[in-house]
Amino acid sequence: MNCRSQVLEVSVEGRQVDEAMLALLHTILLHRSTGKFHYKKEGTYSIGTVGIQDIDCDFIDFTFVRLSSDELDRAIRKAVGEFKDALRSSGNDGAGQISLEFYQKKKSRWPFSDECIPWEVWSIKVNVVNLANEQERQICREKVGEKLGEKVINIVEVINRHEYLPKMPTQSEVDNVFDTSLKDVQPYLYKISFQITDSLGTSVSTTMRRLIKDTLAL
Amino acid sequence: MEADLSLQDRKDLDKFIKFFALKTVQVIVQARLGEKICTRSSSSPTGSDWFNLAIKDIPEVTHEAKKALSGQLPGIGRSMCVEISLKTSEGDSMELETWCLEVNEKCDRDIKVSYTVYNRLSLLLKSLLAITRVTPAYKLSRKQGHDYVILYRIYFGEVQLAVLGEGFQTVRVGVVGTPIGTITLSCAYRTNLAFMSTRQFERAAPIMGIIVDHFVDRPFVTVGPMHPCTYRTPAGDEVLEYPGVEDSQEVCTTSFSTSPPSQIVNQGKDGGVPLGPVQLLHGTPADHGKISTCNTADTTQHVPATPSSSGEETEAMTRSNETKSSSPTNALEATFIRKVGALVNKPTTQVTTASLDLPFAAFAPKNFDLEENDIMLHPNDSPPPESPLQGSLHSDGSSGSSGQTQDDFVMVDFKPAFSKDDLLPMDLGTFYREFQNPPQLSSLSVDVSAQSMAEDLDSLPEKLALYEKNIDEFDAFVDTLQ
Repeated sequence: MNCRSQVLEVSVEGRQVDEAMLALLHTILLHRSTGKFHYKKEGTYSIGTVGIQDIDCDFIDFTFVRLSSDELDRAIRKAVGEFKDALRSSGNDGAGQISLEFYQKKKSRWPFSDECIPWEVWSIKVNVVNLANEQERQICREKVGEKLGEKVINIVEVINRHEYLPKMPTQSEVDNVFDTSLKDVQPYLYKISFQITDSLGTSVSTTMRRLIKDTLAL
Repeated sequence: MEADLSLQDRKDLDKFIKFFALKTVQVIVQARLGEKICTRSSSSPTGSDWFNLAIKDIPEVTHEAKKALSGQLPGIGRSMCVEISLKTSEGDSMELETWCLEVNEKCDRDIKVSYTVYNRLSLLLKSLLAITRVTPAYKLSRKQGHDYVILYRIYFGEVQLAVLGEGFQTVRVGVVGTPIGTITLSCAYRTNLAFMSTRQFERAAPIMGIIVDHFVDRPFVTVGPMHPCTYRTPAGDEVLEYPGVEDSQEVCTTSFSTSPPSQIVNQGKDGGVPLGPVQLLHGTPADHGKISTCNTADTTQHVPATPSSSGEETEAMTRSNETKSSSPTNALEATFIRKVGALVNKPTTQVTTASLDLPFAAFAPKNFDLEENDIMLHPNDSPPPESPLQGSLHSDGSSGSSGQTQDDFVMVDFKPAFSKDDLLPMDLGTFYREFQNPPQLSSLSVDVSAQSMAEDLDSLPEKLALYEKNIDEFDAFVDTLQ
């Protein structure tokens, strides 16, 4: 099975990195999450309800919609925070890429560990710019807001192609497809990783793989 | 084509499309309320949240949507449209965007109705939630209030996009294939906001001291089928009873099967309709305790300037008011200060504002009555000035007063180039005129011919001696500059 890959690119000011990443990652996760499954007898299941929430950005003229799940929000903020710190420590003109990968687990026999098979990867390339004065910052607020709007439209366009999605699992298999650890929503299994490119444009330094969930812990 | 579809599937599909249409309208209107939306997730399904999304139902909106649908469903050639427009406090209105739910003939016969179609419709609603925050009307709706309000209108049938002006953009939210056709959701939005100058979205002082809303009795009363994107509790005894979920069959299916063929367990068929949403749909819509929402701002009432709701009598009044008040307001809008130029020695004529029924007529700008005298529109025989600067270039001696008797130069209706039709256009005009007629420099006013070169040379040694005497001062001054 081929994993489909989407790349989004944004140029933002340093203080806008957090919100821009949150906006895009939450928009993707909004579409790649369902309500909690409740399995019943006879192989049927029901799905819980997901709430939604408007979030206004402080440094960008933009509002985005995310799932009403504080747990999920915390997990995403943590990953974005680490990405931003890595960008900052890499130098002034930082550039990097944060990736959101959806995968399925395939159980293997002992002693082999479970395989993680990605089926969709979203990569967001970030270019950090430095601005000289307040007027430029104001223009940047609006421009980045418009750009994020375009990216949201791109995301929605890809999602609505209705390409491969993992089959709905049976109760025993649900943890191979969905992240069932959250109490109010159920996203597809995902992991977020990032890498920082140095000023030469090559991807050196650290390629850090950060697991948000202990899905591979054995 | 439809023979492949079982009766149950067909029924389910019709139900899904109906509730999808209703939820679509709710999402769009709620996104234009001007408030942030917040609903809570619930891990245990209640059977009332269609498409597994917590989207609350504003009864007024559901009522309007059902009225527009009139028992029909969106189908091929029958699109459901939600039109969002803006109306200013002065009565101007402009359509901003049109959301269209259309069905075309392309069928997907193999798709599973109860499962795949349902989930894809859920996905499409999520996409709609995301896209409604991205179109330009969102930002406008968040700033609505005193200067303008956002209205919505639902209609069924052919899509009307001409109202959006030239160059409108389209964004497709998504498509879902079904056995009876492909459902498409898209938005066409205006890009040309030209006639709305930016000042109308900022707090602006009244023009010329006239209170602009004097002529418009109720700027916010809805006219015709337009409805404000506001959320008001019905006033007093005017409790509007909206039909709720009529029969138990209308409860959404939230159970799915993991084994094919999918067996649907319809919740609520035996258990009856859950109480929560039904209670919500009757009486006070502000009673959100019954549905699990976390939005305290729900109960914030966007109270428009007028307390009355859209009753018929107010509609009629507004229509007559609008026709009556349109000319004075238009005049005020379009006017520019017709000050007679400083070079004109014609008496200011017919300042008749008698045709206007203005209470403070003396203060009103003297405008359209002068049209027939407007030399710009009706050029007379004497050539108008190429540029007003010509006058000042020929000036000599006297300062910029009306000492220049140039009968041919009539400066009427002076509208400086590039000046916006803003609050005080005469500022630029006044500056321009003053700039043209500056007072003469005193050094230039000396009669040059009286002084000869010889006298200049004679006075030079004296001047040089003076400067040499003060040479230390000059040096000190130069040092301070370094």
